[in-house]
Amino acid sequence: MTVIAENKVNFTKALAPTALSVNKSDVEKANCTLENTPLPTSRTEDWKYTRLVKIGKVEFQNTEATIASVNPYTIVDSMCTFVFVNGHFSKELSSREIPQGVTLELLSDTSTGLAPTTLKLENELFNATNTAHLTGGVSINIAAKTVVEKPIQIIHVLKGDHVISNFKTIINAEKFSKACIVQGFFSENGESNFCNNTSEISLEENAFLTVDKIQYESEQTFHVSTEEVQQAKDSNFTINTFTLNGGLVRNNLHINVNGQNCESHLNGAYLLKNKQHVDNHTIVDHKVPNCESFELYKGVIDDNSTAVFNGKVFVRKDAQKINAFQSNGNVLLSDNAAINSKPELEIYADDVKCSHGSTTGQLDEEAVFYLRARGLSEKSARHLMVSAFVGEVLEKVENEQVLEFIHGILKKRFDWNL
Amino acid sequence: MIKIENLHARVEEKEILKGLNLTVNAGEVHAIMGPNGAGKSTLASVLAGREDFEVTEGSVDFDGKDLLDMDTEDRAREGLFLAFQYPVEIPGVSNVNFLRTAINEIREHKGEESISAKDFMALVREKSALVELDAKLASRSVNEGFSGGEKKRNEIFQMAMLNPKLSILDETDSGLDIDALRIVANGVNKLKTKDNATIIITHYQRLLDYIIPDFVHVLFDGKIVKTGGKELALELEEKGYDWIKEELAAAAQ
Repeated sequence: MTVIAENKVNFTKALAPTALSVNKSDVEKANCTLENTPLPTSRTEDWKYTRLVKIGKVEFQNTEATIASVNPYTIVDSMCTFVFVNGHFSKELSSREIPQGVTLELLSDTSTGLAPTTLKLENELFNATNTAHLTGGVSINIAAKTVVEKPIQIIHVLKGDHVISNFKTIINAEKFSKACIVQGFFSENGESNFCNNTSEISLEENAFLTVDKIQYESEQTFHVSTEEVQQAKDSNFTINTFTLNGGLVRNNLHINVNGQNCESHLNGAYLLKNKQHVDNHTIVDHKVPNCESFELYKGVIDDNSTAVFNGKVFVRKDAQKINAFQSNGNVLLSDNAAINSKPELEIYADDVKCSHGSTTGQLDEEAVFYLRARGLSEKSARHLMVSAFVGEVLEKVENEQVLEFIHGILKKRFDWNL
Repeated sequence: MIKIENLHARVEEKEILKGLNLTVNAGEVHAIMGPNGAGKSTLASVLAGREDFEVTEGSVDFDGKDLLDMDTEDRAREGLFLAFQYPVEIPGVSNVNFLRTAINEIREHKGEESISAKDFMALVREKSALVELDAKLASRSVNEGFSGGEKKRNEIFQMAMLNPKLSILDETDSGLDIDALRIVANGVNKLKTKDNATIIITHYQRLLDYIIPDFVHVLFDGKIVKTGGKELALELEEKGYDWIKEELAAAAQ
């Protein structure tokens, strides 16, 4: 196939090359992708149900901005809180008590230059944009045998019209370490802004790492997140993704299980209303034997909003004795709401235990009547049932403050008062 | 307490209640019996406000208020309770959580303060003991994984928690073994006061050995066609409903 240069996307046109010391060869590859890759359309399998036309129309810029306070965005009470506005580090709003055994470096400060990326750059427009126009980033290293008690918190705020933040988080959890990273994504005001975020996460032998991710940008915001995760043997990785607002959100989560005896937990909840669109694409790639993965995503979709779930589990040829479970459940609250759910299993080994399932339904009206017959208002009855539905995912969150923050948003945005 | 006059109701195009009259006073227990398809459960559904049924004629006065004009939840808040024939399983919704919400919404409706966590838990302990419902079941998801008997006991437990003025038990006895039946009946009897009333809808006389009704009504073809004391139930048990049909036919001629 010949690709013509006129295909070059518009949205990066006004962006300066990254000022960070990104690996040179990566930048070249990324630029090559940007030159030659058109905006994916619904004919591109990976983007079949997510229309990018709106992103394609905006000429994004990156500008620095300040926000008055970080309080509304503070998820957990942590003295290790790093705040970024439009991808730029905000020194005033951050608290920088870095726990012992943790090194945390801003990518804008690093003198040594970034290692080659683990992200796929070829044909991947958003990864390429992120690489070639990287705004800011952070690299976190948790030393061997370090147990970090309190979560490390990274807060992102977008502010201004047509602003793009190309941000990268690098996490390396060394042998036998244990830590939790809390990430929050917010927007303050502005139309058509874009958070284009990548993470490269690596767990060494027997490391335990949890990432709690809260996405709560505005309905005018675009968000694309790509997480590339590598798990070495005996490691245990958990990621909880809560998409509570955002105009167009796409999460690419790719877990490479490279070592034996690993556990991977992927939990997600997405609650949509109005015209939101949220797309979760996950891949768990079991390359070696004796591992377990557990995936649970649940969605509540209201008004004219649409959601996509595409979960792929690979079990490679020699990866015997794999237990892989995947489940996606959806509740549609309106006749105009839609979900495209596609669970996929590709198994090349013969001694494995894998299951996947997808359910989509409406609320059980008989149950709503039952609750009303006990004195609950129709609204409370519906909220109670929806929150019970999503509750299964919320239960996976261990950090009480994260949970409390989510409940606060549910009250604010969805008027849940339970 | 409740005065039902000339009640007509239909589901889709089918008329099921055809001019039903019934008055229940405080302190009374009424049993409504009748063959399948007579309209017993329709009556319960219409009173609780199920939207599949359309009332085409008649009135229901509930303690001076127009019951038919109220939403389901307002009927409950005014003190009407329906024990479901088929209690619904609601995964993930905890029994006690939803009951606390229910009690608080009922209290708010009456302009009262919310119940404190301590008082609520004391109430749960007291009322679950009444129907011998395991405290663990009380806090599990509503009816999920409950046996038939546990579901019915849970209905009476909720009734006890909500302390209604008028309770309608829709075939609460169906499918219960004798032990569960005793427990359920015992619960209902203990909750009985001079200020509340109970309507028991049943197929079988058996329950009426344990809950003694003041009146027994026969519901047939959408109307109450015969009313008597508790001995009428025994007669029905023994002779079935054919003699009533014959009596009606004779009267019609």
